[in-house]
Amino acid sequence: MASLVLAEHNNSSLDEATAKTVTAAAQISLPVHVLVAGANCAGVAQQAAKLAGVEKVLLADDARYANFLAEPMAELVLAHASSYDAILAPATANGKNILPRVAAKLDVPQISEILAVESADVFRRPIYAGNAIQKVEAKGFKKIITVRVAAFAATPSGGNAAIETIPPADDPGRSRFVTENLSRSERPELTAAKIVISGGRGLQSKDNFALIERIADRLGAAVGASRAAVDAGFVPNDRQVGQTGKIVAPELYIAVGISGAIQHLAGMKDSKVIVAINKDEGAPIFGVADYGLVADLFEALPEFEKALDR
Amino acid sequence: MKVLVPVKRVIDFNVAVRVKADRTGVDLTNVKMSINPFDEIAVEEAVRLKEKGKASEIIAVSIGPAGAQETLRTALAMGADRAILVKHDGELEPLAVAKILKAVAIEEQPGLILLGKQAIDDDCNQVGQMLAALLAWPQGTFAAKVEIEEGSIAVTREVDGGLQTVSLRLPAVVTTDLRLNEPRYASLPNIMKARKKPIAEKTVADYGVDAAPRLKVLEVREPEKRRAGARVASATELVGKLRERGVI
Ligand SMILES: Cc1cc2nc3c(=O)[nH]c(=O)nc-3n(C[C@H](O)[C@H](O)[C@H](O)COP(=O)(O)OP(=O)(O)OC[C@H]3O[C@@H](n4cnc5c(N)ncnc54)[C@H](O)[C@@H]3O)c2cc1C
Ligand SMILES: Nc1ncnc2c1ncn2[C@@H]1O[C@H](COP(=O)(O)O)[C@@H](O)[C@H]1O
Repeated sequence: MASLVLAEHNNSSLDEATAKTVTAAAQISLPVHVLVAGANCAGVAQQAAKLAGVEKVLLADDARYANFLAEPMAELVLAHASSYDAILAPATANGKNILPRVAAKLDVPQISEILAVESADVFRRPIYAGNAIQKVEAKGFKKIITVRVAAFAATPSGGNAAIETIPPADDPGRSRFVTENLSRSERPELTAAKIVISGGRGLQSKDNFALIERIADRLGAAVGASRAAVDAGFVPNDRQVGQTGKIVAPELYIAVGISGAIQHLAGMKDSKVIVAINKDEGAPIFGVADYGLVADLFEALPEFEKALDR
Repeated sequence: MKVLVPVKRVIDFNVAVRVKADRTGVDLTNVKMSINPFDEIAVEEAVRLKEKGKASEIIAVSIGPAGAQETLRTALAMGADRAILVKHDGELEPLAVAKILKAVAIEEQPGLILLGKQAIDDDCNQVGQMLAALLAWPQGTFAAKVEIEEGSIAVTREVDGGLQTVSLRLPAVVTTDLRLNEPRYASLPNIMKARKKPIAEKTVADYGVDAAPRLKVLEVREPEKRRAGARVASATELVGKLRERGVI
């Protein structure tokens, strides 16, 4: 039949997670359609139409979708579900929020955070914080899937899909957006960055994170953190890397003052090159690091910055 | 207002899991089991709501083997008033859990259901959302803060870009994130008291739910192991190596 990808965007630009989810969808069922739901988001539909291999973009442009609330979004997906044998979303906060509602209403299981498509009905997904990989078969029913985007390459542009405007679906009306407090940053987004430098409890304070941020700016890197650093208020919650935070797989991941708990490793161990800076030579983070530096970070980071100048 | 708190018994978060040699699953013999950490946060939040006079009764519910009694006792020791154990041995998918919880909710009529956002064994992150959909209730997932208002609940959610606050008409489903609270340790007197609190025993059949798994697990493998690389002596040497490697 076809697959439908729920687009991730902010009403003005399409998030790269969408192009990665399209890659997974194309391995499951063709053609691929993309659903862009939002408010004043026609520009996003145009961006989605340029993804190679996308046959059609469905555009639902209505105030009720402005903040991507799960209840109206799920109803919209459900209104179109019968035309597709696979419905996918990136495993972003939105995808995770919306898609299980769709699965439950269709009375089918959801397959969360797939890492690979083995065949049209067989998928690999992590369990136990990535300490085990499950191979599951989903046969005989509609496939509802969230995609671990760090595991898929982005579909390139080069397409020219038709854009079809669709009417909004009913809003159950029991939920209402109140406000949002998004952290602003000039730095690249954590899950899209080529280089990520993360700090942990070892940084000791919010002010000390400046040591990390200065290097991030020199390298064009995103700034990440361990749970301990977020809990302590050194950085906002959206910087948490790990099993229950963001999953990243950049070219280079630099972990500073992070011990390497399994929950943290779950979010970064698929990075291409891993660097660890820690004063405890027994820290588990060294077990996954390509380059390990046993040192006091308060000496190592300024020296690192200076060496970049040379 | 009654608050229902579903809690799952899972492998303790500190245990290093081992995949079974026959690749059918993970070895659970003699490993430490605990309440799912997010569910502990959910119990704590329910207890705080009761302490603030916003909740009247807290009911903990677990679906699982006899050992899930222990998990329920943990919830009771933290302050839940009573518990329901829905006995089930074997695999359970989130959709089946959600269906059973829906039946429990219809029986108990809570004003709020507080769940964990994710079980740290299956890492599914589904049950709360599915349950909300089946009940046609609104949902506030990944909660960092909740506030009960007149007939509604304000939920501040941890989203990819920061925080989002939504207002939900009650009854509603809320799933917890790490920053919602820091769960208390149960005191010894409370642990003793919990032994006398009632746990009702039920079976899946009592709720008329078909709990058979729909997905077929073909294999469970260990992930590819990463090998530790080299040590460098200084930050200057490190920068040199990274330049050689072409990553900076
Ligand atoms: C349900 C659950 C989910 C979780 N999810 C996540 C998650 O998604 N992400 C996550 O990160 N964690 C998560 N955790 C927490 C995880 O278990 C660890 O507690 C956390 O990762 C520890 O953070 P840390 O490494 O910064 O702190 P610590 O473990 O305290 O390590 C600090 C490190 O800094 C080093 N250090 C201290 N001072 C210096 C110095 N001056 N110079 C150099 N090194 C120094 C120390 O040697 C130590 O190794 C989760 C836990 C639970 C229970
Ligand atoms: N067997 C179970 N019994 C009770 N609650 C459960 C069970 N399985 C999952 N839950 C609840 O659903 C949440 C999310 O689980 P999951 O969708 O499997 O990641 C958990 O944090 C629990 O609150």
